[in-house]
Amino acid sequence: MKWWTFLITATIVAAAVFAGIRALNNDYYFFAGYTVLQFVVLATAWNILGGYTGYVNFGSAAFFAVGVYTTVFLHKTYPLPVPLQIVAAGIVSGLVGLGMGYLTLRLRGAFFAIATLALAVVLQTIIVNWSYVGGARGAYVLRPATIEIVGNYIHYLFLVMLGLAVIALTTARAIEKSSLGYGFATIRDDELAAEASGVPTLKLKLIATTLSGAFMGMAGAPFPYIQAYVQPNAVFGLEYAVNSIAMPIIGGTASWIGPLVGAILLGTLQQVATVTISSAVNVLIVGLLLVAFVIVAPNGIVGVVQKAWRRKL
Amino acid sequence: MSGELLLNAVIAGILLGGFYAAVTVGISISFGILDIVNIAHPAFVIVGSYVTYYVNAQFGIDPILAGILVLPLFYGLGAGIYQVYYVSFERRGKEALSGLAFFFGILFIAEVLLILAFGVDYRDVRASYIGQSLNFGIFHFPLRMLVPCLASLAMFAFLLIFLTRTFIGRAIMAVAQDQLALRLMAADPVKIKRIAFAISIATAALAGSFLIIIQPVEPSVGREYIGRVFAICVLGGLGSLTGTLIGAILLGIVESITATFYGPSWAPAVAFGLLLLTLALRPAGIMGR
Amino acid sequence: MSAPLLDVAGLGKRFGGFVALDGIDLSIAAGERVGLIGPNGSGKSTLVNCLSGTLINEIGSVKFDGTELAGLPAHQRTRLGLARSFQLPRPFSSMTVGDNIRVPLIYAVNARSHGRLSESDIATRCDGLLGLVGLADRARDFPRDLTQVDMRKLELARAMAAEPKLLIADEAMAGLSGSEVNDIVELLIMLNERGVTVILIEHIMSAVMRFSKRLVVLVSGRKIADGRPDDVIRNPEVERAYLG
Repeated sequence: MKWWTFLITATIVAAAVFAGIRALNNDYYFFAGYTVLQFVVLATAWNILGGYTGYVNFGSAAFFAVGVYTTVFLHKTYPLPVPLQIVAAGIVSGLVGLGMGYLTLRLRGAFFAIATLALAVVLQTIIVNWSYVGGARGAYVLRPATIEIVGNYIHYLFLVMLGLAVIALTTARAIEKSSLGYGFATIRDDELAAEASGVPTLKLKLIATTLSGAFMGMAGAPFPYIQAYVQPNAVFGLEYAVNSIAMPIIGGTASWIGPLVGAILLGTLQQVATVTISSAVNVLIVGLLLVAFVIVAPNGIVGVVQKAWRRKL
Repeated sequence: MSGELLLNAVIAGILLGGFYAAVTVGISISFGILDIVNIAHPAFVIVGSYVTYYVNAQFGIDPILAGILVLPLFYGLGAGIYQVYYVSFERRGKEALSGLAFFFGILFIAEVLLILAFGVDYRDVRASYIGQSLNFGIFHFPLRMLVPCLASLAMFAFLLIFLTRTFIGRAIMAVAQDQLALRLMAADPVKIKRIAFAISIATAALAGSFLIIIQPVEPSVGREYIGRVFAICVLGGLGSLTGTLIGAILLGIVESITATFYGPSWAPAVAFGLLLLTLALRPAGIMGR
Repeated sequence: MSAPLLDVAGLGKRFGGFVALDGIDLSIAAGERVGLIGPNGSGKSTLVNCLSGTLINEIGSVKFDGTELAGLPAHQRTRLGLARSFQLPRPFSSMTVGDNIRVPLIYAVNARSHGRLSESDIATRCDGLLGLVGLADRARDFPRDLTQVDMRKLELARAMAAEPKLLIADEAMAGLSGSEVNDIVELLIMLNERGVTVILIEHIMSAVMRFSKRLVVLVSGRKIADGRPDDVIRNPEVERAYLG
């Protein structure tokens, strides 16, 4: 299936999802759905660098936050419509990804992973000390009540995130099937052999970090509008870091389907859990599932399904 | 900029650095020697702090003593975790992604379990020397920092002797380079590595008992230490224990000066910023092992 | 007299205080069949790593096909035509045997030719290479399902897929049986007859003597002999290095 065929198919599915949730006529589903879609984008973005290329990013929260705070900053300085905010966030966080990649990607994967953690803390410290974007007190972002065509602004944000998810999935799949995807896989399998085979590993890794960072930032861009109040502890919090890693690993890192499956399953589970139990237990469950899957089913749910399928044949 | 203020900031930094060395020495073992990226190491430090808090609050035992008493517990925990890690990843040869994710998961599980058990409020310990200070003219040595620093250096010295003078200690130092030689010496490399990892976790917990003397703790404090610990390792040179000590003291001093003159909220960024810089400026010839 | 294909001058490499390579001079013309031998730890693998770009030599220069290699990352050197196989095979485990071969075709050869190779071109060359090494019927298998010999053949085939001018085969035959060793030697000879310069690094003396038209000996990081195989093995210093 060519990428534009996939794009069209995905758009149709997305449109159906939107229509379906509109029919339920309850804003809660839009909020919950928005969160799940946000995780689809985050998980897919993480997987481009982590699953395809094998470089683990522990600082997803940092890139997400860059997106969030780019919006906060622009909203105060020169408000833009949400799609443009997303583009701006994508550019800024893409650049951060590029910069960080350039600094650390010539080293072993383990050092890169640690550096991403370092980045998250440095960024959090900077934001906490930057009063223009609210600092530790937080920032309020006023959300308009309605917007033309769609009507309800929440519905609009949901639609925007739906579109972003479609784009992210299409991009991930297109990469997977291309020679770029081959290159990424060789880096993951054996970077030394990849270099010896002519693969420009540094350049490809930089592409992966930039794309991954950009999408994570884009996932964060509409956040201030849907939350209305942005506080560093929440944005840099546990859930984003753990989920960006747990969802692709539990879903399956080998293809674009894994992060989608992981995000939908875990995202929905957490929405239910947060309502019924505390959010700390929520994160605990995700952490436990992550460790369990990594030990027992390293290829994720998709891997388990594939194995069962092959046994049947 | 007051000279006395600077001087005491440096002193505090040195004392802090001594403590940082105790926190980091476990990573020098697990990462420097065993090549295991245990980013959950700081979580064990904090768990150690909380266990110390509990023992201190319930039984009134001195925190450092409490830390020493629970060492066997953490040694056992470390051995168990290594066993799981070995069977699941090292043996299968899939260390990279899975190993990192495994320890990351443990980091979070530990933090959340602490939140559920103790809540997010700060906890601290009671001991007679906290709040007092040794003063020599303009030099001030707060005991809540001096005592942990001395204890840290003692633990550090003990480990150094263990690793260089005993059979098991030398086997641990050798296991990174020559597993074949170890086997020929009738030492099981896996068992040696397990012992080494268990020691690294035990030292983390003991360092935790020092930590809660220096400052009150809450569950997310561990995350600041991830950067500190790896920054020190990278600065001091992986696997070199003396390098760890020097790196730790350097970091302690820089952090202390930053905190004194620019405010404590910038302190966590120092270690991480230093780490990023060090990683960035390393020569490009490093690829793979 | 045309310029040598590979011109190594004063190459030196140290690891901390340890001198792995000390002032290596080596000049190899196009079309040669060179054997490189030396006791364990003599620096053979370090030399290969410095030539291929995996390690960086602080001292000395390496010129390949007229181009100075200093500062060039490994993948650029492969694209220039300098390929190496690894001592311990390092296949891409998540891909099929066929796809393993395609990688250098896509990334080394394609990047080189100014008209891009079409998909069918790549497929043809891939099939050709697999047939050459005798892995044609294993194209859809994964590396983990291969025997030792086949893994080494894959390793060589992947290096060959980069269509190099110079191929450095690093101990490609360790642990193989007599007839398997012969297979690989035949393969390398055939490659050489097609115009590829080959440096063979090996411990198996029968293979080295059969293959090499020129023999270079490395001991403790220094080149102690370089000439016709029959002359070199009678060199007393070489005898001492291996026996004493």
